[in-house]
Amino acid sequence: MNMLRKTLTIVAAGLLIAALAHAEGPQMTAQIAPIDRHDVASLQRGARMFVNYCLGCHSAQHMRYNRLQSDLGLSEKQVAENLIFRGALAKDGYVTDKVGESMKTSMDRADAKAIFGVAPPDLSVEARVRGTDWLYAYLRGYYRDEKSATGWNNLAFPSVAMPHVLWELGGQSKLAVREFDNHEEAKGAFVQTHVVGSLEAIHTKKDGKEMVKYVLKTIEPDKPGKLSVHDYDVVVADLVNYLDYMAEPVKNERIQLGIKVLIFLAILFVFAYWTKREYWKDVH
Amino acid sequence: MSKLLTWIDDRFPLTRMWEEQWGKYVAPKNFNFWYYFGSLAAFVLVIQIVSGIFLTMNYKPDATKAFESVEYIMRDVSWGWLVRYIHSTGASAFFVVVYLHMYRGLIYGSYRKPRELIWIFGVMIYLCLMAAAFTGYLLPWGQMSYWGAQVIVNLFSAIPWIGPDLAVWIRGDYVISDVTLNRFFAFHVSALPLVLLGLVVAHLLALHEVGSSNPDGVEVKKQPKDPVTHLPPDGINSHPYYSIKDIVGVVFFLFIFSIVVFFMPEVGGYFLEANNFIPADSLKTPAHIAPVWYFTPYYSILRAVPPMFESQFPGVIAMGASVMAFFFLPWLDRGAVKSIRYRGWMFKIPLAIFVITFLVLGWLGTEPTDFLGKLGEVEIATLLARIFTVVYFLYFVLMPWYTKADKTKPEPDRVTG
Repeated sequence: MNMLRKTLTIVAAGLLIAALAHAEGPQMTAQIAPIDRHDVASLQRGARMFVNYCLGCHSAQHMRYNRLQSDLGLSEKQVAENLIFRGALAKDGYVTDKVGESMKTSMDRADAKAIFGVAPPDLSVEARVRGTDWLYAYLRGYYRDEKSATGWNNLAFPSVAMPHVLWELGGQSKLAVREFDNHEEAKGAFVQTHVVGSLEAIHTKKDGKEMVKYVLKTIEPDKPGKLSVHDYDVVVADLVNYLDYMAEPVKNERIQLGIKVLIFLAILFVFAYWTKREYWKDVH
Repeated sequence: MSKLLTWIDDRFPLTRMWEEQWGKYVAPKNFNFWYYFGSLAAFVLVIQIVSGIFLTMNYKPDATKAFESVEYIMRDVSWGWLVRYIHSTGASAFFVVVYLHMYRGLIYGSYRKPRELIWIFGVMIYLCLMAAAFTGYLLPWGQMSYWGAQVIVNLFSAIPWIGPDLAVWIRGDYVISDVTLNRFFAFHVSALPLVLLGLVVAHLLALHEVGSSNPDGVEVKKQPKDPVTHLPPDGINSHPYYSIKDIVGVVFFLFIFSIVVFFMPEVGGYFLEANNFIPADSLKTPAHIAPVWYFTPYYSILRAVPPMFESQFPGVIAMGASVMAFFFLPWLDRGAVKSIRYRGWMFKIPLAIFVITFLVLGWLGTEPTDFLGKLGEVEIATLLARIFTVVYFLYFVLMPWYTKADKTKPEPDRVTG
């Protein structure tokens, strides 16, 4: 009992201190990415999106094409003909038609650096770095910004070097800025932002008096793309689903095996415990 | 079979060793929950050695290939992902069981006479484990591996006069580089495991020499032995009683361990940090560098001490002292009894405060120092870390007084169950 009381006291103290904590800086909406790691059709569409729109500049050098066969239910022919691009030869870029190869990009790194200012990172494990919710916000967070070099900016990733490569699908958006004096109102509007929003409290001093303004930034569709807003969200979700799969292709297998292992250990525990009880009967 | 055993025993003390160390080793019969963690620590050591051997077969200690080879293990090596998650989870699990094992020592006074050397070997194991964890964490060659190592090695350069040269000597280079990776690999897979195994053997030999303590602090070995069974009234043979009991503990541990390995190997960034999935880049310093959770209490203490005489050295000293303090426990504790069961509030309250202190420092160490905002000019988190750092040291420094002044109850002659 003593132990329990002590533990409870510790937990209570920890919670109290944690409750006093509060974060500064802009807050981001983090909608949960609507992805399903069991949805093979979504993963297949995501893979197609990835090779069509990402692989031109980004590599995924730890991911082998033929892994898509076993995991996404594709045939070798389907992978070779639909997902591997041949023909375009880069200076020292990479061209393959072998499904056992990994996903390298045909863009030369030096060129990439000259064009974007920074070489596009390898995306093999990007979903483990950023998290799927962030990726989902990022790929929908682009807006037109004439001040930036590419003409694009991003709410989730300010001053991003990458232009909006999915613009022909998603269309063009513009930044919408609203200011609030009241925190509750600002928060209410923030929660309702559809795509992505950022809320920041700005403290200013006027005549020696401290003023607080709440700035809510969101994006609004300006010129529509080929897809409706809803359809674009689905396409991005497919891509995020694929990126998440690619970051850890073994995830489904790991979880399935885990259930079996836990069942086995639970049964083993019962037998071990019975045996222990039997042996300890003669200890008084 | 028995003929073979006799043949061996005539030439090598196999049966005698087994009986002395475990088979006929007499242990108190009243071990409770807290006494599982010693055997569990040994079990985790075996897990780490075996999984480590298999990882070594496919890992490449080369700055241009290390990160890639870890992903190769995760994707292309049969069951490589499982071995890797077992090893990464095992590292954290090791510290979980060792911290609980040490806490057991604190509450039941397991370090008291005549078990001072067991405790000292134990603290050395803990230090060795920290070195193994630190060198091992560099090997995946991610951003956190790289910058974590950079921060820790730079601590040595704070030492006056020899510091900068010492840091270069440790790294083998002016920055963490391929040379550093190679030598850390050598330490992680050969030097440190050898020292660790030697210390574990010493820890166990010393334990089996003086006998185990127990929650009542009764010295079972000193009790008169029964003429028929040759056992003291409160002692039982380790085998089969504790063999089977520890197996139950191991299976239970494996259940919890498997939940982590199979369902949450990253544990929200505490066991595997998100930034460590970015390959090491010597030109890009991450905005926030935090060590893995098991080092964060000490990291907090390091950050809490302000620089003095334009040197970070006082912080380094404080951090070193906070670990080394454990060595002196057997002589700092002047209590009349060993176990918390017979001690008064003057022992219990400081201990409870110490546990809270360790947890709070650990929590603060995972976050940037400005994460709680500011109170005027002072960062709240830094202020908290300073207060708790002082409390941390007071627990040790004041121990001789409060344990001696503590009102204790008499220890019983027999264990209470």
